[in-house]
Amino acid sequence: MSIEVLPAEIAEGARAARAPHRLGMVARNPSVVIGAAIVVFLALVGALAPMLGTINPSEINPVFRNKKPGAERTIRTEVKEVAFVHRFGTDTLGRDVYSRVVYGARVSLVVGLTVAALSVAVGLTIGLIAGYIRWLDSIIMRIMDGLMAIPAILLAMGVVSLSRAGLLAVVIAIVIPEIPRVVRLVRSIVLSIREEPYVEAAITVGTPTPTLLVRHVLPNTIAPLIVQGTFICGSAILIEAILSFLGIGIPPETPTWGNIMAEGRSLFRIYPHNIFYPGVCLALAVLAINMLGDGLRDTLDPRFAKRL
Amino acid sequence: MFAYVLRRLVATIPVMAIVAVLVFLMLRLTPSDPAAIIAGDNANAEQVAEIRKRLGLDQPILTQFVIWSTKTLHGDLGESFFFKKQVAELILDRLEPTVSLAFFTIVLAVLIAVPLGVLAAYRQGSWLDRIVMGFSVLGFSVPVFVVGYALIYVFAIELNWLPVQGYQRLSLGVGGWLQRLILPSLTLSVVLIALIARITRTSVLEVMNEDYIRTARAKGQTEGRVLRRHALANAAVPIVTVIGLGVAALIGGVVVTESVYTIPGLGRLTVDAVLARDYPTIQAVILLFSLAYVLINLVVDMTYTFFDPRIRY
Repeated sequence: MSIEVLPAEIAEGARAARAPHRLGMVARNPSVVIGAAIVVFLALVGALAPMLGTINPSEINPVFRNKKPGAERTIRTEVKEVAFVHRFGTDTLGRDVYSRVVYGARVSLVVGLTVAALSVAVGLTIGLIAGYIRWLDSIIMRIMDGLMAIPAILLAMGVVSLSRAGLLAVVIAIVIPEIPRVVRLVRSIVLSIREEPYVEAAITVGTPTPTLLVRHVLPNTIAPLIVQGTFICGSAILIEAILSFLGIGIPPETPTWGNIMAEGRSLFRIYPHNIFYPGVCLALAVLAINMLGDGLRDTLDPRFAKRL
Repeated sequence: MFAYVLRRLVATIPVMAIVAVLVFLMLRLTPSDPAAIIAGDNANAEQVAEIRKRLGLDQPILTQFVIWSTKTLHGDLGESFFFKKQVAELILDRLEPTVSLAFFTIVLAVLIAVPLGVLAAYRQGSWLDRIVMGFSVLGFSVPVFVVGYALIYVFAIELNWLPVQGYQRLSLGVGGWLQRLILPSLTLSVVLIALIARITRTSVLEVMNEDYIRTARAKGQTEGRVLRRHALANAAVPIVTVIGLGVAALIGGVVVTESVYTIPGLGRLTVDAVLARDYPTIQAVILLFSLAYVLINLVVDMTYTFFDPRIRY
């Protein structure tokens, strides 16, 4: 009797052999490298904000309001007078736009990462339940269909209107519309994985459901969720900026890119710099994250890559 | 076909019902008391209680839902806390700018994106392809309001070709109406163009290697006709699908674009309602936009038989 190699085993063997190779592919993908480099740069800017020649981003100075980029002034400290250049100009309250833009990187990245982590965590849990517990599946998925029928920004605006504006409210408002998308993804993976021979084998030997989910189903969701999480991070930064821009996001004294632009709206015709600088940073951040996501999708999740 | 349309229409009812429940619960979950908001700061406890009674807020939640949904189905969307007008009236008043803007945006996006996508696929790997693909990544990343202000700056302030902001009703003349819609539609179409161009390129690429394309070329068909009649026609279904899905992005964009260009439409109404915590209006607008989104996607599904006669319902 010849030894037959099952197709599944070949696939498994190939997957094992490919694993380190795949990491190499990720590191070599140009769009991952460029995207990651920009994201790391922005993260450093946010983290090191106090050391980058900034002043207090919330300090109001009526005398120096509406200055064009490059305007100079002297700042009096306790010991001496220092010359200070408003590299990006000042806003209508005399706050330094450069400092606000630099500090704004913090808020944007924190919102992006928090939203991505929260929506993936919640979506993963609900998705595993929906995919594995049949009778709950249809109930959960009907609710998710309902949530998906509401355009994301509107749903976020609705949620924001329920409470006082603040960082937490904004994060929750952005997370809720993202959850159904994660749930759908996880559920579809679970539905296909549960038909696999190794899952059936695990059920046969009596593996309890929680162990089965964690050990056999969960690992299959990691790569697609990393990709999805990256895209969620990008869109969360965008939605936060939109909410702040519309005046219904994070309180206006907090320096966020959306808030700086909202500030600059009234005098846009004369002082476009208030919208220009944060706008460019915002676009750059979202672009970098999307590039990272595209690259990760192409290398980590080739099946998904074919779809778009 | 008719039976199918009917079946699909019926199938949207549970989805909309769930949206309605979610929207209804949203208001009831508010920490603040709607009756106190309507009554204003100077009201005493009796006045608040009276308003609560008038609005039925003292009833059990299930009764409230039944009353609210019956009213909504009859077109009674309640009275706006902030504008002190019937919400239905308010919405009708704001409908024209938003519908005009959305219509122009879709037309513009399709007219620009589809040819670009087809050309990118036809010249795969060329500089044109790279520009189109690069633009589509960029289009997803640059926020609508940044595009909006950039366009205002260039075309309205520097070049002075078009009005900066504002809206003119259609009844006051087609010229002014059209003129004020150009920049907003262009702004709003950027995301849609990115989306549609990308999917057009992918789906045309997929059919370009088919036998019937080779056959069409072999019989001496011109390249333009091969692309239009044979490639694009067969790639149409994913393209119309993505246009339907893009409506969600469009609705989100409408809210922002109307604020940038100070257009008094439904998007601006939504922002004002959220700022004023005007819950009846917020509920109505969310319901309306969701219904529009669901129905547009239903219509998109219907068009499949037209684009691909093999699909029969």
